[in-house]
Amino acid sequence: MANDMSTADPRDAVIEHLPAMRAFAMSLTRNSAQADDLVQDSIVKAWKNFDKFQEGTNLRAWLFTILRNTFYSGRRKSKREVADVDGVMAATLSEKPSHDGRLAMADFEKCFAQLPDEQREALMLVGASGFSYEEAAETCKVAVGTIKSRVNRGRARLAELMDIGENDSLDMTDAATSAVVSSSQMPRKSIA
Amino acid sequence: MDSKKPKSNLEQQIDENLKKVYRKTVEEDVPDRFMDLLAQLKQQETQDGK
Repeated sequence: MANDMSTADPRDAVIEHLPAMRAFAMSLTRNSAQADDLVQDSIVKAWKNFDKFQEGTNLRAWLFTILRNTFYSGRRKSKREVADVDGVMAATLSEKPSHDGRLAMADFEKCFAQLPDEQREALMLVGASGFSYEEAAETCKVAVGTIKSRVNRGRARLAELMDIGENDSLDMTDAATSAVVSSSQMPRKSIA
Repeated sequence: MDSKKPKSNLEQQIDENLKKVYRKTVEEDVPDRFMDLLAQLKQQETQDGK
């Protein structure tokens, strides 16, 4: 095999995508040690199968596809539920959204970790890593409509988990919230 | 006054948080093990003469 096609090895481009691969792996495994093991296995696979990558197409999407295939096939093998999700496992929410209605980061991560795999990955791809619906669909090998509905269901489920349904106002102006606020502001001041 | 928030407000917040979660990892330095691994893969190949 001719080894001198060019000085630049196209596989070197993999390096650029490592941070994104780690982030995607983290969202799938929800555990940093497992995430890095997953990235490692994926790199090896990508390397061995690089001849199947069509140059000029989306390398990141291709790498993400390998990564998620590796994740899901490993999952089928081990079958057991993930035991240690970096401190975000099934914890109940400690707090309601903070005063300004912003969601506390830790709480958000807890909720996110509870979503089904397919919704988590769809949200990560589209909502966070900037994939188009089409790219995400290609990565997950499903129809574009499927990705759209996973993203929507994922968002709805997140809102539900965080107890901020679409009809709940996120600020403090609605009656229910101000009632809570005023009752919690009742303390002794006036009595003292 | 209609106090209903547009749906996009919530969506926006969720996406903002998603991006934060994502960025947290993306901005970390890539552990050395991966660079080592890539170097190793390359070297192996050269040795195999393939």
